[in-house]
Amino acid sequence: MSQPTRRAVLTAAAVLAAPTIPRAQPASVKLGILQPVTGALAQDGDLGRLGAQLAIEEVNAGGGIPGLGGAKLEMVFGDARSTPDAGTQEVERMQSEGVCAIVGGFASPICLAASQAAARYGLPYVVDVGVSDSIVTRGLANTFRFAPGFGKVASVALDNLATLNDAAGKPAKTVVLVHEDGLFGSGLAKLMQAELPKRGFEILDTVAHPTPARDMGNIALRIRSLAPDLILPSDYYAEFVLLARTLQQQRIRPKGIYGVLNGAASNYRFVKEFPTLAEGLLDCNHWADPRNPKTQALRQAVEARGKSFAYNVMLNYSCVLLVADALSRAGSADRARLTEALAGSSFSGHIMPYGPTRFVGGQNEGASPVNTQVQGGDIKVIFPAAFADAKPVFPAA
Amino acid sequence: MYSPAIIAEAVVNGMLTGAVYALVALGLTLIYGVLHIINFAHGALLTCAMFAVWGLGALGVGPYVAIVPLVPGFFALGYALQRFVIGPASRGRDGNVLLVTLGLAIAIQNGLLVLFHADTRSLDAGDAFEVVAVGPMLLSQPRLIGFAVAVAVAVLLWALLALTDTGRAIRAVAREDLGARLVGIDVRHVFAVTFGLGCACLAVAAGLLMPSYYVNPRVGEAFVLIAFTIVVLGGMGSVPGAAIGGLAVGVVESLSGLFLGDSLGQIGVFLIFILVLLLRPAGLFGARA
Repeated sequence: MSQPTRRAVLTAAAVLAAPTIPRAQPASVKLGILQPVTGALAQDGDLGRLGAQLAIEEVNAGGGIPGLGGAKLEMVFGDARSTPDAGTQEVERMQSEGVCAIVGGFASPICLAASQAAARYGLPYVVDVGVSDSIVTRGLANTFRFAPGFGKVASVALDNLATLNDAAGKPAKTVVLVHEDGLFGSGLAKLMQAELPKRGFEILDTVAHPTPARDMGNIALRIRSLAPDLILPSDYYAEFVLLARTLQQQRIRPKGIYGVLNGAASNYRFVKEFPTLAEGLLDCNHWADPRNPKTQALRQAVEARGKSFAYNVMLNYSCVLLVADALSRAGSADRARLTEALAGSSFSGHIMPYGPTRFVGGQNEGASPVNTQVQGGDIKVIFPAAFADAKPVFPAA
Repeated sequence: MYSPAIIAEAVVNGMLTGAVYALVALGLTLIYGVLHIINFAHGALLTCAMFAVWGLGALGVGPYVAIVPLVPGFFALGYALQRFVIGPASRGRDGNVLLVTLGLAIAIQNGLLVLFHADTRSLDAGDAFEVVAVGPMLLSQPRLIGFAVAVAVAVLLWALLALTDTGRAIRAVAREDLGARLVGIDVRHVFAVTFGLGCACLAVAAGLLMPSYYVNPRVGEAFVLIAFTIVVLGGMGSVPGAAIGGLAVGVVESLSGLFLGDSLGQIGVFLIFILVLLLRPAGLFGARA
């Protein structure tokens, strides 16, 4: 066997050293995504995760985070298992794995608990949905909510309801509120109970139900005996489907069903599975700007995966892009610098109809819901006019 | 205030639901009446049966058809559980049986959690939202079927206990276990048959519940609490007590749901539980306190 030549040794050394010769690939940045993908909210959590994942793929495919030398985003996923306890546990785990921020939570109780757990580590937490306003009134510097809270949603929903009713010659005078009895439904119902009479509507009854609910028979009976012009439901997907099907079963046909942050009334799965039931449903909810070409691109990407293009896909997608932008401006994955960059964000590369981002006390002041209506098997935006792609149909034929 | 028509409909709805509750309670009370044990695994076994119906549904078998293979299956499961697990592990002491069934419940529930996760699943049976108009009332078709089948099962069970040799043996063991032994009845076999019958009731109940209900690994807990209330109301070990108690609890639940709202609907059921324990601890049809 011959001795290795000097040249061979040098070549070998060069090969070994090669990775260090081109400019080093920047380390990837870990981003925590928290969603309830098991338990009662599993369906929503799955959609939220999809939105976040698509945004991460888009950022990475577009060359990573510019301000960090093209560092890629790496998802660290946590399953909140539909409870605040599990959400908190997952925050602890994600923080120990070194995430730079956490996006998600979905349900208000999970968001409340998880953002508080993250606050102990100065870890930025971007709430994706969590509409309870107590999330942003605790003075936590790490907590940011990109979407509107239920205070804002309720006031826009009622303004638009009044506009809709006035334009049709005030056919609706009486309403029944149906809401889930958790933080989200009860809080929202309380706001609407105070506001509806001021806008000329008489509340005949307010009915709470648990999540998950096993039967809407009693609620349907109450509604049938009260015969309201409008039903205003605020509940999660499965419960609204149960309610809508029971109303149909009991042959209850109000002049309109006007959802406020309803889990199903602007959900393509519902529209696809129950097209006749869904037709004409009104909802005031989170929704992307239909005229933004990025919205249509995202819709295609989501539908190509056989999933439904739901509001939490849109919000999680936008929230991840918001964090990516802040990371780039911070020029570092340092938690304090990222928090500062988020607080000063004026990000407008998202798909929501919010305009440039502006956080005040953690709440994005530009955030606002839109009104949707199911028309011809599609979900159309009917208010505000600047983003609308259809005219409202009210009262129901 | 609600019109009488609405209240009448709520009462009828309650009776329809109550019949299925009664079926769950029937299994529980039968096991208590004969084995003198409280079967804490009853809810977990119901959950198992509901998952079985759901699983067969995923294979294209309708929930009512699924009852046919599940009844012998759950009878065999119950028989084997009593004969090979609960009986031997109790070593003849009732206090032990309590712990064994409780342990079984925990094991089954967590086994299901491992297999199926915590997700809530439901069956999209074709008739789930069909209604039958009875006068001014619109009654849910799956509930009407549930009521009819539950009544039929209760009658069959009564006939089995009253008219067959097995039934006589079961009643003999329930009355006087030593005497039954002396006349040559295989008490261990009778215990296991009774446990099997209790489980078979659960298989029927699961098939009746699934068209309009959902299943997750913890779903049995809600039913077993109601079933305990029914058994206490009707009298521990009494078959007619379970049937009547079931209907009564169904009606109370429905009416309190109507008047107090669905979040508070269960309050009425637990009020009954407390009142019966305070005023008539032996229940409506109980032999003695």
